[in-house]
Amino acid sequence: MSEKVLMKGNEAIAEAALRSGCLHYFGYPITPQTELTAYMAKRLPKMEGGVFLQAESEISAINMVYGVAGTGKRVMTSSSSPGISLKQEGISYIAGSDLPAVIVNVQRGGPGLGGIQPSQSDYFQATKGGGHGDYHLIVLAPSSVQEMADLTSLAFDLADKYRCPAMLLADGTMGQMMEPVVLPEPRTGIVEKPWAVTGTQMKREHNIINSLYLSPEILEKTNFERYKRYETIQEKEVRYESYLMDDAQYCIVAFGIAARVAKNAITALRNQGLKVGLIRPITLWPFPTDAIREAADKVKGFVSVELSMGQMIEDVRLAEECKRPVLLCNRAGGMIPNVDMVISSVNALKNQVEGGR
Amino acid sequence: MSVVFQKPKSLTSKELHYCPGCPHGIIHRLVAEAIDNLGIEGRTIGVAPVGCSVMAYDYFTCDMVEAAHGRAPAVATGLKRSLPEDIIFTYQGDGDLASIGMAETVHAATRNENITVIFVNNAIYGMTGGQMAPTSLPGQVTQTSPYGRDVKTQGYPIKVCELLSALDAPYYIERVAVNNVKNVLKAKKAIEKAFRNQIEGKGFSLIEVVSACPTNWGLTPQKALEWVEDKMIPYYPLGVYKDRSEEAN
Amino acid sequence: MAKVTFNEDICKGCGLCVDACPKHILAIDRNKINRKGHNPAVMTDQSKCIACAFCATMCPDCVITVEK
Repeated sequence: MSEKVLMKGNEAIAEAALRSGCLHYFGYPITPQTELTAYMAKRLPKMEGGVFLQAESEISAINMVYGVAGTGKRVMTSSSSPGISLKQEGISYIAGSDLPAVIVNVQRGGPGLGGIQPSQSDYFQATKGGGHGDYHLIVLAPSSVQEMADLTSLAFDLADKYRCPAMLLADGTMGQMMEPVVLPEPRTGIVEKPWAVTGTQMKREHNIINSLYLSPEILEKTNFERYKRYETIQEKEVRYESYLMDDAQYCIVAFGIAARVAKNAITALRNQGLKVGLIRPITLWPFPTDAIREAADKVKGFVSVELSMGQMIEDVRLAEECKRPVLLCNRAGGMIPNVDMVISSVNALKNQVEGGR
Repeated sequence: MSVVFQKPKSLTSKELHYCPGCPHGIIHRLVAEAIDNLGIEGRTIGVAPVGCSVMAYDYFTCDMVEAAHGRAPAVATGLKRSLPEDIIFTYQGDGDLASIGMAETVHAATRNENITVIFVNNAIYGMTGGQMAPTSLPGQVTQTSPYGRDVKTQGYPIKVCELLSALDAPYYIERVAVNNVKNVLKAKKAIEKAFRNQIEGKGFSLIEVVSACPTNWGLTPQKALEWVEDKMIPYYPLGVYKDRSEEAN
Repeated sequence: MAKVTFNEDICKGCGLCVDACPKHILAIDRNKINRKGHNPAVMTDQSKCIACAFCATMCPDCVITVEK
């Protein structure tokens, strides 16, 4: 059944989660993701084994997620920027207890209460920690409603495969827009998890879900073991789109809605005779470092297009090892860079690199 | 010769780390006795708090989950909603349940979440060295109320059983103590009832156990239990505060 | 016919059992130090024990086993 349906991004995430065998959802209303919560409220109570609960806060919701994750079942929560801040301690606990779970952030303008329009200003929070301690989330950035669905499915699979929480980092435009989408085929998503707490049935030693290790030697060991898994993720799970990079002289790096604007800008720039390409990270962690480093050997410079004061640009600079100039093209507070602005940025980069008019 | 009293099977062989005379050991044992008597060891999952009993996961033989400070009722909700046939209990101190976790406590109660909450109230934050708790008494000297709890600036204690009983939903709320044999045996009954309620699918049961902290109260174990009798119990009267079973109607 | 056994090694010498015993036949042995560095509780007169298990009821560390 691969028919196309017209869906809102937030709802596509929810439906994809249900089809991935996620029967447990805990959330709290917050703009611009409330449609996801409402969709789950409608669907889950009608599904066999479905659990929907509007928690008393985003903090309670992430702790309910932690509880279900400990039982080995697929579970999701969603929120937007300020609510994701509230969840950080819980996310650290989930990561430190090596549990799979999916957290959706439909970003809005910040900091503080901010605004309800889209942004990408939680990039640092998502990719550099957010919560305390050494850990990483697998971070997936959709750029279309189709990817809102596909990457949700992928998030559950990767989380289970690596015993690691995964985050779907969307922005408000992705959440609100409606596009045709082919939904994933339903599956149970059941994976054997011998470490889960389910009740010993008097047949095994007890399992403990925990992140407390008072012995520093043991805590260090758990950290190093976890990072071995992260190394594997970095080797095997990088995903990005390379768009018109074969002959590109300049490279735009952008994700989410910014990438879509960038593609339109690239069309216009190429009509003007300038060969520009796009590297669109799909995994923000692991970041497509190799792709950008290789591009740095071929292009003359990069433009990082972001809905923030410049966060991903730091990873672009790190990846290309200061070989080429990297300019920031950005809007903040809920504003979205438009095609003209991206074109101007690339032209400014060209002038900087090549001098002249 | 038959055994009149022995260590319950649901306690592991790990020696408890609590201070000499700390009633946590008694209360852990009462929980384990309830699990043994009800035959539920194989389908019980406990949630440990942050506090002196943070390592409770090492003391019970059932599956255990360590929760973030105050969040045990939310974690328990996740566990129970995922595994409705399993018996889920939380074991929490006064900071965990009534300070940082107050929202989770109230909301689990008002959802009549079918879990068992064991609330250990010793009017102080033991693990971190004796700071004021939401249940510290007016005038009580602690590290963060060195001149005695001043109700004008530091508020009055929270009476959790009374507070939660104002909600329509929770099924059973009782306050007990463990300062003498008679009270320990009553506490044992209450804790077992709280587990049985869950087995019968009745909803939220909370047992508040008025306890002691000899170390941070600066008293011997004996004097600490006397302080419970003389000062704590008059402020936190023992008894059943909410019972929605048919017998109570 | 009552028999009370103390697992002396894990006793913390808190003395709650001593206070609880209605026959006053338990005591803290100040001449003994167990491997935890405490003076453990000991039975002083087994013949007077009525196996009420009050001692074991108050013991926080499951030191005491009572048989009859």
